[in-house]
Parts: sequence; structure tokens; C-alpha cells
Amino acid sequence: MAEATANGLGQHALHATHAHDAATAPVAAEVHQEHPIKLYLVVWAWLFILSTCSYLVDYFGIHGYLRWSLILIFMMLKAGLIVAVFMHMAWERLAMMYAIILPPILVLVFVTMMVFEADYTLLTRIAFFGPGP
Amino acid sequence: MAETTMTHTSQMEPRPAGWRGIAADWASDQRAFKNVSWGKAMMWIFLLSDTFIFGCFLLSYMTARISTRVPWPNPSEVFALRIGGSEIPLILIAIMTFVLISSSGTMAMAVNFGYRRDRRKTAILMLLTAALGATFVGMQAFEWTKLITEGVRPWGNPWGAAQFGSCFFMITGFHGTHVTIGVIFLIIVARKVWRGDFDIGRPGFFTSRRGRYENVEIMGLYWHFVDLVWVFIFAFFYLW
Repeated sequence: MAEATANGLGQHALHATHAHDAATAPVAAEVHQEHPIKLYLVVWAWLFILSTCSYLVDYFGIHGYLRWSLILIFMMLKAGLIVAVFMHMAWERLAMMYAIILPPILVLVFVTMMVFEADYTLLTRIAFFGPGP
Repeated sequence: MAETTMTHTSQMEPRPAGWRGIAADWASDQRAFKNVSWGKAMMWIFLLSDTFIFGCFLLSYMTARISTRVPWPNPSEVFALRIGGSEIPLILIAIMTFVLISSSGTMAMAVNFGYRRDRRKTAILMLLTAALGATFVGMQAFEWTKLITEGVRPWGNPWGAAQFGSCFFMITGFHGTHVTIGVIFLIIVARKVWRGDFDIGRPGFFTSRRGRYENVEIMGLYWHFVDLVWVFIFAFFYLW
């Protein structure tokens, strides 16, 4: 860290050291997240509505592709609301957003691999043990 | 260390927008997350690693469910409860979902009041969040008890594919552990808020460093993540 600050952040490091000495000086420009309470209540209400919707998918016994796509849509909407508003990701720096949100998307590659692998396992099981009991 | 490396946003030259800005932030011997404090960035990175853990659990569940020849037990029936003489599908899980979402809502408002320096409201909302979290864990314990008495084991169950039990106990158990740890930390941070530790800059009992109201938000990040994971478990394990 010492090298890094000496090379690139000389100015900042110098200033920060002074702030540290002063002890009482406010630590950097604290990034404040002040949004009206109403925003949280609205998101909260939407999360309730979306959860109810996904529960109703099961309650009414919808099946097949409609069921799966509805589940995924409601899931992604809920996840998006929680991350964007509750976790304040919508107001974070773009570099941070990409660093956190991109890697989990790469898990989809793993999912694809495992779908093929699981299909193969199923085929070998059927070939050796016959179709299910 | 956290304080000395803090970058001052007021002194920074403006950055280009979009991808060029990201490249500029990550390039040449600098802190990548300029105005994001260490505590917050590290919590996010921890949550990212936790995402991979839960991702792997759900992945192995998917693999087990695809590759079995035996039909998968129908979660809609397995998790049904008899209320007032009729079987209501998945009702306990639905209530658990609403409890956890409500706790996320109270946590978000606690963070908001924390930044407004409203100690009383922040602490009360955090304790409410902890209470809802404890309720969730209690309902999960009830669910586990019910399934175990019905004969679900990690190596088998009365309704179908044997892998159902191991997936269920592993995924919900790990999530329940997260909720429990979250409840404990919520109580600790709520106590600090109540006592005014973040106003007078009292050193923490473990790190000996002065906390700030941002600690409430970092705690909130963890708690919302627990809720987020439940959204995925609810969709993939209970509804699919």
C-alpha cells in the first residue's frame, strides 16, 4: 500500500495523513445516502406484491414454461429492487457496480456446463439402470 | 489504514463517464473504488464471495435434480400446511418470505435514520429487524422439525428422489445460519447505536477503531443480502 500511495496518490495520501493527525477532522467526504422514507415504503410494497405474485403462481398450479418464466421474472424483479434500492447499488460508483454485478453473471457459464453434465449423467443412469422406478 | 488511504472526492479530477470511467478507475496504481469507503467495499466483496457459495449450492441442487431418474418430490405438497381443515400449499414458506422482506424494509429505514443521526429510531428499527429475523429462524426450525418427523433425511425421504433431503438441509441450513449470524450482529450494532458509540467515536470492542453511522449501512448490506439469497432459494427450491 505504501508504494501505491507514494506513486499514484501522493497528493491524496499527504492530505489524508494530516486529517488523520487532526483526529477530529471528519473522515473524508462521507458519502451520504439520504433518500425520502417514502422510497423505501414503495419498494417494500412492490416486494410484497411481487412475492404474492410468485406465490400465486404456485397456488393456482400454473405449469410448464409459463410457470418457469413467471418465477424467473418475479425473482429478477425482486432481486433488482433489493440490490438497487435497499442496498443502494443504484447510487454507487459505476466501477463498483460492475465489479460486484458482473462476476455473478459469469456463474451462468457454470450453470450451462452443469446442465450438460447432468443430462449426461441422467443418460448414463438410464442406460445402465433403466428408466426410473 | 482505512482513514489514511481515504480518497477525498472533493479533490478528484472529474472522470469520464461509462466504460472509459471504469477503465480510468481501475488503471495505474490507484484505489479502484474512489469514494467508496473500505468497510463498504470489503462488505460488498465478501457478499460477492458468499454469492458464489450459494450459487454453488443452487448449482449442485440443479445438477442433482436434473440427473436423477426418480421423480423429485413436489415442494408444493411437501411444504403444505393444514390450516382450518384444508391443505394450503407452501403457506409457511410464503409467510417466511413476507417476514424476511419486512425485515429488509425495516433495515433499510434504520440505515436511513442512522444517516439522519436519529439514534432512537435507528436502534428500534434495527431491533425490530432482529426480531423479524429471529421469527424467520424460528419458523425454519418448525419447518425442519415437521420434515424430520415426516421422515426426511439427507439420504432419503418418503416421496421421491433421495437427493431432496440433502439439498434441502444444506441450502436452507446454510441460509438459516446466515440469518442467525445476522441477528446476532444486528443486536450488537443496535446496542452501539443506542449507546451513541458512533456519535462520540467510542472504539469498537474488537477492532478498537471508531465506528461511524456507515456501520449501520454495512450491517444493512449483509442483511439485505440474506433476503436476496432467500429470493433465489424461494424461486429455485420451493417454486420450481
